[in-house]
Amino acid sequence: MTEQKEDDVCQPGELVTDNRFKRQWVKLKRNKAALAGGMLIIVYVLSAFFAPVIFPGNPSAPNLIKSLETPSVENLLGTDELGRSILGRIIYGSRISLLIAVGVVSVGMILGIPLGLVSGYYGGKIDFIIQRITDTMLAFPGFLLALALVAVLGVGLRNTVISIGISMVPLYIRLVRGCVLSVRAEDYVEAAKAVGTRDIAILIRHILPNVMVPITVQTSLSMGMAILFAAGLGFLGIGVQPPTPEWGAMLGSARSYLFNAPHVATFPGIAIFLAVLSFNLLGDGLRDALDPRFRI
Amino acid sequence: MALLEVNNLKKYFPIKKGVFSRTLGQVRAVDGISFTLKRGETLGLVGESGCGKTTVGRSILRLIEPTAGQITFNNQNLLDLEREELRKVRASLQIIFQDPFSSLDPRMNVGQIIAEPIRNHLKISRKEIRERVAYLMERVGLHPEHISRYPHEFSGGQRQRIGIARALALNPLAIICDEPVSALDVSIQAQVINLLARLQEQMNLSYLFIAHDLSVVEHISDRVAVMYLGRIAELASDQELYQNPLHPYSRALLSAVPIPDPEIRRKKIVLQGDVPSPMDPPSGCSFHTRCPECKEICSQEEPILKDAGDGHWVSCHLW
Repeated sequence: MTEQKEDDVCQPGELVTDNRFKRQWVKLKRNKAALAGGMLIIVYVLSAFFAPVIFPGNPSAPNLIKSLETPSVENLLGTDELGRSILGRIIYGSRISLLIAVGVVSVGMILGIPLGLVSGYYGGKIDFIIQRITDTMLAFPGFLLALALVAVLGVGLRNTVISIGISMVPLYIRLVRGCVLSVRAEDYVEAAKAVGTRDIAILIRHILPNVMVPITVQTSLSMGMAILFAAGLGFLGIGVQPPTPEWGAMLGSARSYLFNAPHVATFPGIAIFLAVLSFNLLGDGLRDALDPRFRI
Repeated sequence: MALLEVNNLKKYFPIKKGVFSRTLGQVRAVDGISFTLKRGETLGLVGESGCGKTTVGRSILRLIEPTAGQITFNNQNLLDLEREELRKVRASLQIIFQDPFSSLDPRMNVGQIIAEPIRNHLKISRKEIRERVAYLMERVGLHPEHISRYPHEFSGGQRQRIGIARALALNPLAIICDEPVSALDVSIQAQVINLLARLQEQMNLSYLFIAHDLSVVEHISDRVAVMYLGRIAELASDQELYQNPLHPYSRALLSAVPIPDPEIRRKKIVLQGDVPSPMDPPSGCSFHTRCPECKEICSQEEPILKDAGDGHWVSCHLW
């Protein structure tokens, strides 16, 4: 070992310390709208988890004697055309909607992130091909694309998730590619190449962690969009099939009773509205908290 | 036998425009450069911004693919190597970057950053890697107990030391120093340069030291090459170049170096005009448009780099 001169050793005193995560959390907490969104999401998640505790019994079992009742102490939000508690169905419906949201972003991320990484990192021909396919998919409005895919794949929970998931893939590809293009030019990527890191390791070790912030934000926004799309498919009767309690399907079947029993359509509608709003508020808040420079 | 030999290296960047990416022209960033670097030697490469210094450094490592030329390192022609062979050669040819802020991955801690080359090339246990990283940190003047800190917790000089430790991790033969101190405070510059000089002595390293600051280069280099518009204008030993510059461009450059003594007055040579565009370099000698001693031949014939005696190479019609 070599002897070091006094002035040559860096003193620990010059270290600048700040905690990124703490700063971001404080920033997120200060954003009241995002906080409200986050709390509502927690409420939805809890009601999904504890649905059988909050609402014992089968939410799909008809009870025709009590059909289309207005809200009362017994049924807080009234009953639908088959006499089933609307509150119960909304609570059980949050399971379906959250499941769809998580499933959809998983499909979107599993397909979209690798394609975006490869497209942005390698460029050239492979980039051109992936981008033209993405362009084609983006040319269709997202919901229309999901609708077309359902028409091909058929109805049901699994196909709903796959269809909406695939319609989200181009959004992820575009987002990830754009971020990779900026990260790829950083010196630390060159440095990794210079020390002999293989491409695949550069992508996973250096590039992916540095594009996670926009992906996180996009995921929150996509979950809201997924819930809305799923409700839209359910409303049209080509999403999750009855008697499964699904918000969109509930809205769809309540349509016929809009004039004599408006509450049947109103409450599932509010559930959808609040869920989508919460995810969007949280997404916006995350975007501001995680990186003030980043805007979609 | 030279450790690194660069022969007629060229890098042209195409300028593309429009939907069909038509090539409109080329930027001749590096236009035919040759030099050698011996074991344990430091070759300074100076020139103003945009003259192609950085491109030379990155082309040698093939971080940028050169357009033409030959690069022989340790008896291997780097431009012939396949991806996997190149990866192996890069273990003994390393680079230190200019910007200590962008050259370290902000999501990795110091230990991970310095361990990366070791993990890439050697199959050794976690404990051995950790020991090696701690040793390297000590070697560059960092406290090994800071191994799990993140780059943003360090100052610019300390970050540059992390970059140096990463370059040293695999006991390289040569390091390309791409303006390693120009982003640092003057007081820190001296520390980092002294560190580089000491490491060179201990490990018999060769440096290609790229910089735009002549006084920094003078301090560390054995020989210095002056670049202008993608070409070498003059190449001589450190002392020879500073005391007896031959090329008019080198003279102008040296006259701009401030002397830390207010009593001494020196005639400054101020060049007229701007550097011509490397897209469309002047005919003949690329410096003739700004040269105070321009002759008729200068605009017609391109001067070649020739020995003006004692290994003092100059590319000028005056000599």
